[in-house]
Amino acid sequence: MSVTKVFIPRDTTALAMGADQLAREIAAEAANRGETIEIIRNGSRGLFWLEPLVEVETNTGRIAYGPVTSQDIDSLFDQAFLSGATDHPLCQGLTEEIPYLKKQQRLTFARAGITDPVSLDDYQQLDGFNGLKKALQMDGQTIVDEVKASGLRGRGGAAFPTGIKWQTVLDATSPKQQKYIVCNADEGDSGTFADRMVMEADPYMLIEGMTIAGLAVGADQGYIYLRSEYPVAYQILNEAIAKAEAAGFLGENILDSGKTFNLEVRLGAKAYICGEETSLLESLEGKRGMVRAKPPLPAIVGLFGQPTIVNNVLSLAAVPYILSNGGQAYADYGMGRSLGTLPFQLAGNIKRGGLIELAFGVTLRELLEEYGGGTFSERPMRAVQVGGPLCAYLPESQWDTPMDYESFQAVGAALGHGGIVVFDDTVDMSAQARFSMEFCVAESCGKCTPCRIGSTRGVEVIDRIRNDENRAANMELLSDLCDTMIDGSLCAMGGMTPFPVQSAVKHFPEDFNQPAQNNNGARS
Amino acid sequence: MTAAKEQLLPVVSDVIADLKHKPGALLPILHEIQNRLGYIPPESVPLIAESLNQSRADIHGVISFYHQFRSTAPGKHTVEVCRAEACQAMGARQLEAHAKASLGVDYHGTTSDNNITLEEVYCLGNCACSPSVRINDEIIGRVTPEKFDQLIDGLRSQALEVH
Repeated sequence: MSVTKVFIPRDTTALAMGADQLAREIAAEAANRGETIEIIRNGSRGLFWLEPLVEVETNTGRIAYGPVTSQDIDSLFDQAFLSGATDHPLCQGLTEEIPYLKKQQRLTFARAGITDPVSLDDYQQLDGFNGLKKALQMDGQTIVDEVKASGLRGRGGAAFPTGIKWQTVLDATSPKQQKYIVCNADEGDSGTFADRMVMEADPYMLIEGMTIAGLAVGADQGYIYLRSEYPVAYQILNEAIAKAEAAGFLGENILDSGKTFNLEVRLGAKAYICGEETSLLESLEGKRGMVRAKPPLPAIVGLFGQPTIVNNVLSLAAVPYILSNGGQAYADYGMGRSLGTLPFQLAGNIKRGGLIELAFGVTLRELLEEYGGGTFSERPMRAVQVGGPLCAYLPESQWDTPMDYESFQAVGAALGHGGIVVFDDTVDMSAQARFSMEFCVAESCGKCTPCRIGSTRGVEVIDRIRNDENRAANMELLSDLCDTMIDGSLCAMGGMTPFPVQSAVKHFPEDFNQPAQNNNGARS
Repeated sequence: MTAAKEQLLPVVSDVIADLKHKPGALLPILHEIQNRLGYIPPESVPLIAESLNQSRADIHGVISFYHQFRSTAPGKHTVEVCRAEACQAMGARQLEAHAKASLGVDYHGTTSDNNITLEEVYCLGNCACSPSVRINDEIIGRVTPEKFDQLIDGLRSQALEVH
């Protein structure tokens, strides 16, 4: 009797929608009915509105069913889902043919959801470690040149050219003969989950990318600084690192090359500021996450004072593809100076939220409408925050902006880490502006005054505006305060907190012109 | 989690001995103490300071900087409600108000039966199926006030079975 393979993801969102219980119940029901199945806990495809997405392997490909709940199990078995029957109302057809997925250009997320994330066999069957094997035959400068040729820019938000950063670390001398690779996995922006998906769906890709970075610049130690809000990613990364070490892909004498690269996951402790690279390094050193003044750059004086590459998860995850297929193959995607692909993340009040990897240049409206399908609440969309809590809210008049770094900069917005948070027409933009300041109060490291004190004053000023106290004067004061924070803050925390505030004031002035209805953030 | 004070310090000493050799050992030490005891007892600060050759003020400064570390024992379960934008867009402000009102505590507070500690969190990475709540190490999506009550009832009946 043949064994039917059933895939049920172990990704955070799938689990948050009940995947663990579902897997247990499907196993029990199969046993009940005398069916022989093998349940594989894969990563997510990133089609989060369909989670838990259950896939069944058939001769023609994997057939998807979702979102599956406990109540659907009987009918799925009754309607022969194990043989891939397509008449069940939850059947989405062949997974690869679902338009949301099919229209994407998946490079970084090519394996996501297809494989068991901790299976080394699965990873290698789909090109895994090809980049590492090539890198082991190259010298450091040649690896760095390949990354430069790809045009890859840091995916954490600042979009600094990755190859240039690597070159700086390669050229830096370390009296202690010690350099480090640090992966910034402190993905704190609301509306973003691409880093989490890499770590939960394809952790070996990150491990491979970091190892290649180590070979490139001569670093034998790497750290993944992971936010503690991601317990599932922590578990999967540690499983993957242990297996990669045991199989000789990591640790001493990698693939008998004589080269060494050790890797350790370190947990943050609920501090948004530690996503800022110098604060992250302080935290890794066991200190308060206080931002350091730059220069010196971390590439020259980084972790424990040594030359250090600090890259975002997505930047490092793009490296195996670049080494395997060549920098030019990567640069062939994208437009202008925004080359390659960016995983956009649709979140908040959206019908079909999930991860969409595309070349730069798609418009925001295409993402919101064609992929997202409108709001979850089915009310009109009103505001869209792109790039995280430090980036602007965009009104409908800006939704035709192409999604690339330069076009967004031109309208006073930023792509950040590619997160897109949708709000419907019940949103109160003065409450959102207040929250931006409130978040900065909670998360400022406190080193510089504009951020530490400015944010507190910002909350007070917006409260006065919302309470209709001396409105005109307070609006002017808010404008001044924003300028002071932008010009006078040490890092992006205080320097960018005003962006969502200013965009709310500029594009949604009506929400600042009347007393707030309540403090709940909803216009009633 | 409710061990008597005199039983706590040997645990702290064990953790320090296990981890102090690591570069930048302080966060791993603090995490492991809190994992095992539920919090970082103030009495452990001098022990950590001595073993890392740092001042007690340094150690206290780090504990107080990070939102995660606590110096008092939490309830049996920790419930974190996400306050960030993607959850706001799906009703997190109402969920927060409901959580505080139904549990009768504010953030960082513990219910009078010592069962539940309520905490805030900024993003759990479940932003496409918000609003989100974390209970201990489990993240739950699309949490309405009704679903929140069911989850809390589940925690409370669990507590009854244990005792």
